[in-house]
Amino acid sequence: MSTRLATGGTRLNRARQVEFTFNGKRLHGFEGDTLASALLANDQLLMGRSFKYHRPRGVVASGAEEPNALVGLGEGTRFEPNQRATTTELFHGLIAESQNHWPSLDFDIGAINSKLSRFLPAGFYYKTFMAPRAAWKHLFEPIIRKSAGLGRPTEPGDPDRYEHFHIHLDLLIVGGGIAGLQAALVAAETGRKVLLIEQEAHWGGRAVVDGVKIEGKTAAEWVAETVEKLTEYPNVALRTRFMGSGVYDHGYALAYERVSDHAPATGGPRHRLWRIRTGQIITATGALERPLSFAGNDTPGVMLASAVRDYVESYGVSPGDRTVVVTNNDDAYRTALSLHQAGLTVPAVIDARAMVNGPLVEAVKAAGIRVETGKGIASASGGKRLKSVDICAQAGEGAVLESIACDALAMSGGWSPVVHLWSHCGGKLLWSNDYFHFHPDETRFPTDDKGAQYVRTAGIASGAMRSADVLENAAQSAAAALGVTAPKAASATDDDEGPMAPVWVMPQGAGKAKKSKMWLDFQNDVKVSDVELAAQEGYKSVEHTKRYTTLGMATDQGKLSNINGLAVLSQALNQPIPETGTTTFRPPYTPISLASIAGPARGNTFQPLRKTPIQSWHDAHGADYEPVGQWRRPFCYKKPGETREEAVSREVRNTRESLGLLDASTLGKILVKGPDAGKFLDMLYTNMMSTLKPGKCRYGLMCNENGFLIDDGVVAKLSENSYLVHTTTGGADHIHAHMEDWLQCEWWDWQVYTANLTEAYAQIAVVGPNARKLLEKLGGLDVSKEALPFMGWVEGELAGLPVRAYRISFSGELSYELAVPANQGLALWKTLVDQGAEWGISPYGTEALHILRAEKGFIMIGDETDGTVIPQDLNLHWAISKKKEDFLGKRAQERSHMADPDRWKLVGLQTLDGSTLPDGAYALDEGANENGQRNTQGRVTSTYHSPTFGRGIAMGLVRHGPDRMGEVLKFNKVDGSTIEAKLVDPVLYDPEGEKQNV
Amino acid sequence: MSEARLHTPLGGAGFKGYVSFTEVAPTGMIALRGDLANATVAEAVEAATGQGMPAARRIEGGLDGGAAWASPDELLLFVPQAEAAERTAALAEALATQHALVADVSDMRAAFTLKGAHLRDMLAKLTPADLSPETLPSGEFRRTHLGQIAAAFWFEAEETAHLICFRSVADYAFDLLKEASEPGGEVGYFSI
Repeated sequence: MSTRLATGGTRLNRARQVEFTFNGKRLHGFEGDTLASALLANDQLLMGRSFKYHRPRGVVASGAEEPNALVGLGEGTRFEPNQRATTTELFHGLIAESQNHWPSLDFDIGAINSKLSRFLPAGFYYKTFMAPRAAWKHLFEPIIRKSAGLGRPTEPGDPDRYEHFHIHLDLLIVGGGIAGLQAALVAAETGRKVLLIEQEAHWGGRAVVDGVKIEGKTAAEWVAETVEKLTEYPNVALRTRFMGSGVYDHGYALAYERVSDHAPATGGPRHRLWRIRTGQIITATGALERPLSFAGNDTPGVMLASAVRDYVESYGVSPGDRTVVVTNNDDAYRTALSLHQAGLTVPAVIDARAMVNGPLVEAVKAAGIRVETGKGIASASGGKRLKSVDICAQAGEGAVLESIACDALAMSGGWSPVVHLWSHCGGKLLWSNDYFHFHPDETRFPTDDKGAQYVRTAGIASGAMRSADVLENAAQSAAAALGVTAPKAASATDDDEGPMAPVWVMPQGAGKAKKSKMWLDFQNDVKVSDVELAAQEGYKSVEHTKRYTTLGMATDQGKLSNINGLAVLSQALNQPIPETGTTTFRPPYTPISLASIAGPARGNTFQPLRKTPIQSWHDAHGADYEPVGQWRRPFCYKKPGETREEAVSREVRNTRESLGLLDASTLGKILVKGPDAGKFLDMLYTNMMSTLKPGKCRYGLMCNENGFLIDDGVVAKLSENSYLVHTTTGGADHIHAHMEDWLQCEWWDWQVYTANLTEAYAQIAVVGPNARKLLEKLGGLDVSKEALPFMGWVEGELAGLPVRAYRISFSGELSYELAVPANQGLALWKTLVDQGAEWGISPYGTEALHILRAEKGFIMIGDETDGTVIPQDLNLHWAISKKKEDFLGKRAQERSHMADPDRWKLVGLQTLDGSTLPDGAYALDEGANENGQRNTQGRVTSTYHSPTFGRGIAMGLVRHGPDRMGEVLKFNKVDGSTIEAKLVDPVLYDPEGEKQNV
Repeated sequence: MSEARLHTPLGGAGFKGYVSFTEVAPTGMIALRGDLANATVAEAVEAATGQGMPAARRIEGGLDGGAAWASPDELLLFVPQAEAAERTAALAEALATQHALVADVSDMRAAFTLKGAHLRDMLAKLTPADLSPETLPSGEFRRTHLGQIAAAFWFEAEETAHLICFRSVADYAFDLLKEASEPGGEVGYFSI
């Protein structure tokens, strides 16, 4: 059984007991434990079930690479699935549950999948996607959905905070092992700005556990002294629980800080995503140990040799009373010694190599531990807990020589440098025939915008496998990154190691039956036999094989399985491993919370909601909002008991009959000033603006250089060389950008300045036959027909407030738009509402605005236009100057397609039965096109129920429309039926314009 | 004109966290575009604000009288609110003979004053600007973005900064600043 040792555990504080629960069971650990070490200490070896076959699984690693020990953490809205027990620091009150089991972890019905494994071969998903189609939907998908998958989804309403943090550095060092610390020491001296980060809560990495001596001290002492020393440099920051997540172009990197995962609900944010802009990056990310592929290598109790060592040394946990070690290298002998020194039994070290020697081997032998060379594991067995291993010759097919009873097995297949961050931005790899791993190719590095190297590796991540080399390499990398001469690195000694041997399958002659029990990818249940089957079925590319077999596609992203899998594939394809290559390394290095990516973009701050100066009044008066860009504009103001439709009808009628009020503050207001302002506007608009007189307004159309309408609005001439351009609400920012684009890039020598004053003013439209009476009642400004005629503007005070009044109308009624400094917008609005009461004044929303303009036949950018419509399509020839030599869009509009008489043109549409046409409906034509689709000859662009006319009104674009007045066309409906409408003049209300001109 | 008729976007709201901030009282602001190297422009700016021409990315003075560099041909001037209209007119008059744009933009923005020892850490949560004291010393007028909106800020002193953004997004800015300032969120990077 696994248990807590009486002594030991460098990370533990045995004085502080910590209580937690696992699947409802109350357990105890110590401060400093991870969830995995605490579970092991409580003999809870079984931690989960696998993805596909529901195999019982125990912890296999002790760090970020763990594939098996995934748990659901927390409860309620704080619940989170798929958390690695090995990187979860234990805290008081931690609640964990195992995953992917039903009804319980110990007894799981889904494990029957394991018995059916020959029906779930590699490429299962691909094969079941093939015929018969119905089988997927009705048979396979329901079964897979029920039995596959890992944790359950989270619940909405996460109460924690997540945030971003932006910093700018000279050097980011990822990894706080001895390499990272050495690199930081070199960088610290240069005075450059450095951040050193470590994903765990502890500095020093493996060296601390593995008995390395640095500068004559233990690694632990050197690490503590070095961290202490580094904290004294003001230019160096050190942070733990901080994972280097991704490296991107231009020196951008993401790092993930787990601020309070180890101390939840303590007031701070939970995760913080650091968005780092740095000149240089050093990845001192260490290496990961590889498993060995033998039958039953996924049995709980089979662990990585380094992890066994970690549990003994760092957490004072015995993974088992009797631990067999199986290896192809000398490093695993450290585990045998570790166990032996802790007083545990090591029945044997099984070494696949024929010849072994070296100090570690000798030390193990001297300790009286049996060493078997040239041997392998024929199979490990025991179901939910390892009971024994069968020993065989590595060179043979697996004939059992001996069975050894044991409850743990420490395996080591060699070490692979963590090259992920090096590879994210294009760093290439080389294959080592000494260590049988990929390591960075120093000559093919990630490059910055100048083609210079900006990512370097340090230490074992570079492929430097011995401690002295690690420190030397780290010092050189840091010096090279910062362009200084490398100082002498700290000296280090560790035990000499003999050469390792590549072992990809154990025993090497294993048959199919054994290979079907050799796990490569523990989390996704991919076995040696699956990869071989893929090769047999013709998969040659490692990327294709990955997707076909799902090798490396689980939440651990193949950290343990990658090299073993592609070695097996290479063997099956009979090609060298470098020729097979690796799959692509992509960020993040380990999964990060989605909430940390969102950062502040959630809840109230999900997106900016723009508010007008009058918004608070709308809120308090029944505004039913609709989104208009990032604004929320009142669609209508509902009175108690009213529907939207009733409110809209009331607002339209009230405006037509008496007096309406519109918050038009969102309209764009761009000041254009300078000696060339008139010339500039003449180029921007299709009609002439330079001839406008101060005090006057003119409506204009704006097209892009392709001739298509992009905006419309009223331009007011303020003085001889200044104009105020009104844009649509959506156009305010992009028309301003459009202006600056032309001014800065094309007409840079024109003397024109622009300023976007949209938010400087509140703008209120006072609309209806009683509009003038209200303004006269407020007093202070002469708004008579003579003083302020249609399409004029005046400035002055109204009810004591400074206003500019424009006599313009988008409704066909007598109408004034009042611009007032934004801070006084609410005051003016309230005054108008109070003083207008005698005429039954009522605010109206955007829907009434739309109906009023549609009744009058006014076009709306975004309804009648969609980026493919030119002014001529809308019969707006009157607004296109023929006198001007040029304007944006002029030449485009002369192209043959634009001048084509067959273009669809604007008409009014009147249904024969008075109903309202569906928006976007097509006018049907005879026959079908080459794709078998019904031919069309027009479409609806705006359609409303008109309260004024008591029937549906609409506008649309129809082929030869203006020439076909009175003709009846059929329009389609979603239900397949049609509706008939007659082509009519789009201007229905007051065609002579008498009402707006009173 | 009575004070009650003036409504700033947030009505002077504030928040006290590990950084404290409040919306400031209405402030006069004037947008000026023109030739910043021109002596007449410099004189007019001084007459309007009492401040000299700011160097690139700098602000001279502050909210009660200041000139901030906004782009190679643009300044944002700060003047007392009550005198904004008058000084805008005077500035326009002084620059009448040359190509320049002058506009009273007093009502266009919300302005905040922020105080606290961890100010740089708090702002670094929201803006990609480099907040290190070497790169962003006092008096550096930084136009950047805050979350998803445009904003500008400057440090008046190490523990006091001012921030402006468009008034329509004042609520969003307030909520962003509030969450970033919640106690427990100290980062300890720029200030320990």
